[in-house]
Amino acid sequence: MDYSAYLVPLLLACTALFGVGRRVNVFDALAQGAEEGLTILLRILPNLVGLMTAVYMLRASGVLDLLGQLLAPLLVRLGIPPETAALLFIRPVSGSGALAIGSELMSAHGPDSYVGRVAAVMLGSTETTFYTIAVYFGSAGVHKTRYAIPAALIADLTGFVAAAWAVRLLFGT
Amino acid sequence: MAMAWIWTGMVVVSVVFGLYNGTTGAVGAAAMEGAGAAVELCLSMAGIMCLWNGVMAVMKASGMMDGLSRLFRPVLCRLLPRACRDPDTLAALSGNVSANLLGLGNAATPLGIRAAGRMARGSGGRATDELCTLVVLNTASIQLLPTTVAGVRGALGAESAFDILPAVWLASVLSVTAGLLAAKALGKIWRN
Repeated sequence: MDYSAYLVPLLLACTALFGVGRRVNVFDALAQGAEEGLTILLRILPNLVGLMTAVYMLRASGVLDLLGQLLAPLLVRLGIPPETAALLFIRPVSGSGALAIGSELMSAHGPDSYVGRVAAVMLGSTETTFYTIAVYFGSAGVHKTRYAIPAALIADLTGFVAAAWAVRLLFGT
Repeated sequence: MAMAWIWTGMVVVSVVFGLYNGTTGAVGAAAMEGAGAAVELCLSMAGIMCLWNGVMAVMKASGMMDGLSRLFRPVLCRLLPRACRDPDTLAALSGNVSANLLGLGNAATPLGIRAAGRMARGSGGRATDELCTLVVLNTASIQLLPTTVAGVRGALGAESAFDILPAVWLASVLSVTAGLLAAKALGKIWRN
């Protein structure tokens, strides 16, 4: 799979050329965006300090393995690797929590392993559902959320199953 | 407040289960490790994240967000026909979708909130079918370049941090489709 080796530099070159063609100060915009990236990181870091500590403790206590074993029959049937069990629960609730569990999985199994890739794709293809629902309905003054939560959770579950399936399809196990 | 409960729960469960399982020593060692690992991770993913946020900012400055907005207008008008009758709501909606595609969370959320606020007018605090659809659209991730995940992968020494892109797109499309279909189906049977 070396198309991504071309994709990244190509994308950089195209974006730069397109920007220059549109008379945009490409370098200033890049630096400004990079600064924003730093702000995002600064906002993630304090949360991650607390959450990584908790996730490392959970992992060391053995409770995450137990959770995986308990849910294994169901998850295997859905094609989801049982190692990712904890990620499925935390993903809709906390973005930083999911990032903490996901990166722990990627570092324990290796970023290019089957489990590591599935965790990465799960993180990349789903959102912090409950937080988003709270922000949107809260700001719009909506109390009766009707079927928004079940529909959003169906999307999340589909995303998890599809993530594992897509990784198997494109990289094998 | 929810996070306080979740975090406390995680820590207490580890301690209790550690005692029960005889892994207290490992839990203690892990408690000293996690914080350092978090800082290390953030530092080593900072490069990729800053670079790609920069690239996204260049795309935005070159008017790519407006281009994407125009591209997605017909789709949005099929999904949310009532909301799209109001030009201001439509502008906020299409801006919301294209900012989400480019991963510009800071731009996407205010636009989405603006659209949701206009769509909720006169609904008396009850989520209309179209509001539910808008929320589902925003709870499913449609980001083209998941820079944070790529940053983590790069930091952990992945051979190619972005080689998961096609898998992410595939999973995203399936997840959004399932969410929209579920909203459509539930909207038919859900009362009040």
